[in-house]
Amino acid sequence: MAMGIIKASKLVFDYIRQDEDDHIEEVNRAIDGVDVDIREGDFVAILGHNGSGKSTFAKQINGILLPTEGVVWVSGMKTSDDSHIWDIRKTAGMVFQNPDNQIIGNVVEEDVGFGPENLGVPTDEIWRRVDESLAAVGMTAYRLKSPNKLSGGQKQRVAIAGVMAMKPKCIILDEPTAMLDPNGRKEVIRTIHELNKKEGITILLITHYMEEVIDADRVIVMDDGHLVMDGTPREIFSQVRRLKEYRLDVPQVTELAYELKQEGVEIPEGILSIEELVEALISLLGDDAGGQKENVD
Amino acid sequence: MIREITLGQYYPVDSVLHRMDPRTKLFGTMVFIVSLFLADSLAAYGIVTVFLATAVVLSRVPFGFMVRGLKAMIFLLLISVSFNLFLTPGTEIFRFGFLKITWEGIRLAGFMALRLIYLVIGSSVMTLTTTPNQLTDGLEKGLRLLKKVGVPVHEVSMMMSIALRFIPILVEETDKIMKAQMARGADFESGNLIQKARNMVPLLVPLFISAFRRATDLAMAMEARCYHGGEGRTKMKPLRYERRDGMAYLVYLLYLGAVIGMRYFHVAAGMMPKIA
Repeated sequence: MAMGIIKASKLVFDYIRQDEDDHIEEVNRAIDGVDVDIREGDFVAILGHNGSGKSTFAKQINGILLPTEGVVWVSGMKTSDDSHIWDIRKTAGMVFQNPDNQIIGNVVEEDVGFGPENLGVPTDEIWRRVDESLAAVGMTAYRLKSPNKLSGGQKQRVAIAGVMAMKPKCIILDEPTAMLDPNGRKEVIRTIHELNKKEGITILLITHYMEEVIDADRVIVMDDGHLVMDGTPREIFSQVRRLKEYRLDVPQVTELAYELKQEGVEIPEGILSIEELVEALISLLGDDAGGQKENVD
Repeated sequence: MIREITLGQYYPVDSVLHRMDPRTKLFGTMVFIVSLFLADSLAAYGIVTVFLATAVVLSRVPFGFMVRGLKAMIFLLLISVSFNLFLTPGTEIFRFGFLKITWEGIRLAGFMALRLIYLVIGSSVMTLTTTPNQLTDGLEKGLRLLKKVGVPVHEVSMMMSIALRFIPILVEETDKIMKAQMARGADFESGNLIQKARNMVPLLVPLFISAFRRATDLAMAMEARCYHGGEGRTKMKPLRYERRDGMAYLVYLLYLGAVIGMRYFHVAAGMMPKIA
């Protein structure tokens, strides 16, 4: 059976609020019938407005939340199967939004060692993993520093190293840049792209910053608990109007290109970078007859 | 003031004390505290001072850094000093209403101040040279006998380590909330003690809410990194006694012996006056 590293089938999740006597007060359906299959080694971005269910979906993947209905498989293991829970969490590591609330160690290297310690990895091997993980995120120089002395972007890189030290196949990042300044955001996004390319780690990036999505292999859009769009960044961003319906912004340059196209300028759909737009406009100028030039993609 | 507490803040330099096993340092601190209360003469305090000074020098932590921890203690220090100063019976040298200062009072207050200052500096030496994780590791391993009678040693030490990690974060947050509330007209400075306490409510409520939120987040992050209690856990930095630890224990023994010896020495000789 060809199954991706993460697969969800007919996934439903309800947040249930109970009063003191366990009577159900309110049921909130956060995920409503999601089917998805993620290929190993891909860089997948999940987009969605607040309350779209994207964070809830992330927590389903490493078994922090369990499905109300349906199944989630990680590397072929069902998350609802208690006996595999630690294997699942080891395979699919998770990085959260607030950098302060996920660092346990008081020294950078001790924090990176926390995961392997929990897994019962022998001491020598822990040190080897800590060295490798810190090098992979470029934080070796800070290994003896206190996490409190680091910038937000550096803290998130430490958190990523902490996950890397568990040798995961996949890292899920739940809005890792939401609390960072633009420099920190770039730092973190560059780091996860490197891990994806060099170490072949599957990345699931949950975000609402469009700029972080354009280099992904695949983009999934969630709205109101449903998976509503799924495709390459170019396919997704060529549908500017639909994205707006889901209260999502498109990258500035994509929006500009879209508006130009609406006004009748003959440029291709789904332009993602300034360079692309410049090129498209230049080729328009060169083509004075107004004929369409073949869009090489 | 709250920012100046150095207790529980690791000072990262490389020194003999930094490399020493945390159990050795914990035991040393205990020996030191006991000795503070055993010492009852100037000569004994001389030995205590030498011991503390040696530790401070060996730690390679700037002395100013340790003294900073004292600032937060000034209030407590003043209270205990003035109680001892004014309320000790004995040879009167000065009287002001019902307050009187006696020779015994001066001596007692002086030693009390010394004890408190030494106590803070002594424990600062330990916390400044030991990462909180090492410290809790030391406690966990040092107290593992208690596990047999059902004390959750690992859990307690994990809680302590996390508490220590979050102290600076919560201090910063307190500062932030304080400024935010002051910007909206909250007053934390004027009024009597009761009013001041009442004015703290708009500070404490958001602080607690935020602390609980952080706790939930942290618990989730720990679970995501496969934390499931002390069972089957390995250590990145397992505790192993080295030769220097053996030496340290020898020094403790000699030191404690000397301080106890001083007690009997002058009791027997009857030369030096007792204090306390």
